[in-house]
Amino acid sequence: MSVPEFDHADVVLCPGGPMLLRGEHVVEDRDGVSHRTTRPVSAVCRCGKSGSQPWCDGTHKVIPRRDL
Amino acid sequence: MGYLPSVLIPKPRGALSDVLFEAMRTSTPSWDDVLDTEPDHDDDAQIALWALYELHYRGFEDVDDDLEWQPELLQVRRALEQPFEARLRDRFDVPDVTSPFADAFFDYVAGHDGRSLAAFVQRDADADQVRELLSVRTIYHLKESDPSAWLVPRLAVAPQAALMELQYDEYGAGDPNRLHAHLFARGLEACGLRSEYGAYIDDVPSEVLEQNNAMSLFGLHRRLRGAALGHLAAFEATSSLPSRRMTQGLDRLGFPAEMIGYYDEHVEADAVHEQLAVRVVCGTLLDAEPTLVDDVFFGAFTCLDLEDRFAGAMLEAWAA
Repeated sequence: MSVPEFDHADVVLCPGGPMLLRGEHVVEDRDGVSHRTTRPVSAVCRCGKSGSQPWCDGTHKVIPRRDL
Repeated sequence: MGYLPSVLIPKPRGALSDVLFEAMRTSTPSWDDVLDTEPDHDDDAQIALWALYELHYRGFEDVDDDLEWQPELLQVRRALEQPFEARLRDRFDVPDVTSPFADAFFDYVAGHDGRSLAAFVQRDADADQVRELLSVRTIYHLKESDPSAWLVPRLAVAPQAALMELQYDEYGAGDPNRLHAHLFARGLEACGLRSEYGAYIDDVPSEVLEQNNAMSLFGLHRRLRGAALGHLAAFEATSSLPSRRMTQGLDRLGFPAEMIGYYDEHVEADAVHEQLAVRVVCGTLLDAEPTLVDDVFFGAFTCLDLEDRFAGAMLEAWAA
């Protein structure tokens, strides 16, 4: 068996959910305000309904599902 | 005090825990008496099992550390674990999984709509009820990620890297001030509650012991690694929104910022962790070991079911 090389993305679009960002980034929200990531992996809201913009807070799970 | 703040062995809750805890404390134990004693009810069995597991975490001030690998205690542990695992499995029906794993998993969790303590705290609980809830939650929150840490050496490369990516954040990403269990300890102190692990063990209902023992059972048996990671994923997938409700309830009742901050951290952290735990940790585990899928759902079910039973017990006690 060969020793595999794994696909490992820096940015992951979760179907119906947030965008995961690995590493340090500065994210500009819809009002033009910059937010620096604070954890090893961050989840950026894609449904627009999070109460913690620009970060995901799980709200996408309680609103009608969209094709994100 | 030892290298970790530890507590005395709990109060016995029945015949087995009575002879077991006495034997664990004494320098001349009678193991035969312990092995000859059956638990006389479930609470007795659960507190005995909790104390035996605790030897592998932080131990007790009044118990010799050397007993961690005492053969007779391992024998008692096994005798308690077997009926416990059988009962957890009896409660579980294997789901029919047809859609991609992550979709199926999130749907499974969403479909298990249990009773919610966070919703009660958000709107209706009084301050004494919340203090009681926080004190019994210490049994979980003060060693939050430790049962999952046993898993690390037992996984294939991709799930191993994935679990460490999640755990690195749980353990503060190198900063002890950000370690989640420590954030909770700071919150407890700010509330005037005791922050050493196990301080409230004599006050917790059997449902809390079951929750805690299930995590140790899954974490300490390599055979149950699928259940352990399914449990982790279900926990993470039911944390963000309830944590938001907790912050609102704590704020409503004027609780200290440190405790609100603990739950606030979990709103965002667990929105990340649920994606990592379901898609990456469990996803790569099942790529490597597809036959573990039923156990992943067994672990998830156990997490959701035991939380529902715990919430039911608390709400009933409060007549809420």
